[in-house]
Amino acid sequence: MDTAACPVKTVFKRELRSYFDSPIAYVFLVVFLMLTGFLTFSVSRLYEKGSADPWPFFFWHPWVYLIFVPAVSMRLWAEERRTGTLELLLTLPFTLTQAIIGKFLAAWAFLGIALGLTLTVPLSMVLLGGHPDAGVLLSGYLGSFGLAGALLAIGTWTSTLSRNQVVSFVLAVMLSVFLLLAGWPPITDLLARVAPPLAVRIISAFSFMPHYDSCLRGVLDLRDFAYFASVIVFMLTATHIVLENRKSA
Amino acid sequence: MLEAHSLNKWFDRIHAVKDVSFRVEQGEVLGFLGPNGAGKSTTMRMLTGFLTPSSGTARICGHDILAAPIEARKRIGYLPENAPVYDDMTVLGFLRFIAEARGLSGVAGTTHLRKAVELSHLDGVLNQPIDTLSKGFRQRVCLAQAILHDPPVLILDEPTDGLDPNQKHVVRTMIQSMAATKAIILSTHILEEVEAVCTRVLIIANGSLVANGTPASLKQQSEWAGAVDMTFPENTGDLTALFKGLASCKRVEKQTQRYLLFPHAPGRLPQETTALLSAHHLSPLAFSVTEGRLDEVFRTLTTPAGKTSKTP
Ligand SMILES: Nc1ncnc2c1ncn2[C@@H]1O[C@H](COP(=O)(O)OP(=O)(O)OP(=O)(O)O)[C@@H](O)[C@H]1O
Ligand SMILES: [Mg+2]
Repeated sequence: MDTAACPVKTVFKRELRSYFDSPIAYVFLVVFLMLTGFLTFSVSRLYEKGSADPWPFFFWHPWVYLIFVPAVSMRLWAEERRTGTLELLLTLPFTLTQAIIGKFLAAWAFLGIALGLTLTVPLSMVLLGGHPDAGVLLSGYLGSFGLAGALLAIGTWTSTLSRNQVVSFVLAVMLSVFLLLAGWPPITDLLARVAPPLAVRIISAFSFMPHYDSCLRGVLDLRDFAYFASVIVFMLTATHIVLENRKSA
Repeated sequence: MLEAHSLNKWFDRIHAVKDVSFRVEQGEVLGFLGPNGAGKSTTMRMLTGFLTPSSGTARICGHDILAAPIEARKRIGYLPENAPVYDDMTVLGFLRFIAEARGLSGVAGTTHLRKAVELSHLDGVLNQPIDTLSKGFRQRVCLAQAILHDPPVLILDEPTDGLDPNQKHVVRTMIQSMAATKAIILSTHILEEVEAVCTRVLIIANGSLVANGTPASLKQQSEWAGAVDMTFPENTGDLTALFKGLASCKRVEKQTQRYLLFPHAPGRLPQETTALLSAHHLSPLAFSVTEGRLDEVFRTLTTPAGKTSKTP
């Protein structure tokens, strides 16, 4: 009568499989890929420029994530609670932390798969004769994956707040919009006109954008990833607190 | 094997479980009875670690549920109320997940899985997605999940709820077959089930334990235990006064020619009655001594009005 060799892995495997057991996962992946492709090629006219600059491609990721990530995260805990499987999951012989991490990693891996599929975009740049900078591509992808994780952690937390997935979706989008826009240059410029510089600095310090932007410039700065990691740890801790409180409420 | 010590649970201002203590040993099947909202599920949720007690604790095979929750949970098989299962998985996929979560992999996992599938009669539906199963099958999938790791303690919240009579029988037989080696707690609203499978009964009302004993001993508390039920021919006169004179007789109920004599306590009333009948050369058409009725004891213990209400 041992515990699972690795409870996180057990939860992770079940969760990730459950994405692919439903057709919605495939619809998600296709929509994600088409949306990124459409925004990159049609709106930013990447191919017309015959450019090798991956910046327009990565530019769109946060905005696609804004809808896509909450759509993935909204069911994480809300669904377990609605169907009652939460009672099953949380009475198995592993800790709440292990369950939270396992589920989070599965959703992140799913986003990673979606992101991996967009490799077709830089690939088509190469086919169209461009020579995108491999370093920028690498740091761009890592930054994008980190950003996805941070947004996902926010959605994980909001999905514990209600049984209703729509509520958890809307909350996640609202929080994400704030954290994305808070540091976006057009917004910080606008803020700078009305607010003291210190306030602007503080607000934008909470923002995802400066960290993501620095990844897009091809700078692999550990501090940016430490930032994403700390958002993830913070939001998952909040998730733990909500779920633990509900047990003793 | 399982000891609960003064478990209490508050939901805001609702005191859902009040100072509940009991023990269950190996070989016992404990029936947990109580009206809707009495606190049965809440108690089970505390034992299994889904809810944290507001105060009090419990030990599962010596492991404290608060100090060593993982060790305690490893020794419990739990069927939650309404049998929640992951709908999008197949039966086999789901049970494999549970086996892995229980640390049963490889050969051990397969052996345990086969055993659970066999006991729960799931062979025919192994590859079917759970959301295509009928309620009874879902219940059995969840039951298979609970017994998969052959736990020493089984906690079953309404295990036969929603099953057809045949399936109820299957589940009861299954519980009985496992009883010898386990400590089992089950909650139910079906009193026949208690008499059929339980070695001991706990009755809980408004969060408090109001009875703890064998089904037989509880039935002895019933007004009907050892009562005498007789029917006399049409032309017999009124015998009420005669029967009231019996030392052991508490009360007489008369319905045309049928007399029900209730004793102060089960025991001597039938002999006294037969002696009286032969002394007066009376011969009833029918004569029987009734058993105690669990439903009546249940009603008496769990409703404030039940204490004074007449028997049906
Ligand atoms: N999460 C909760 N929040 C607030 N109150 C709760 C919660 N869970 C249960 N209760 C209350 O606690 C009391 C006991 O509920 P419980 O589910 O334990 O009853 P039960 O004996 O299992 O009833 P039933 O026979 O209907 O299953 C009820 O009054 C219920 O409303
Ligand atoms: Mg209940």
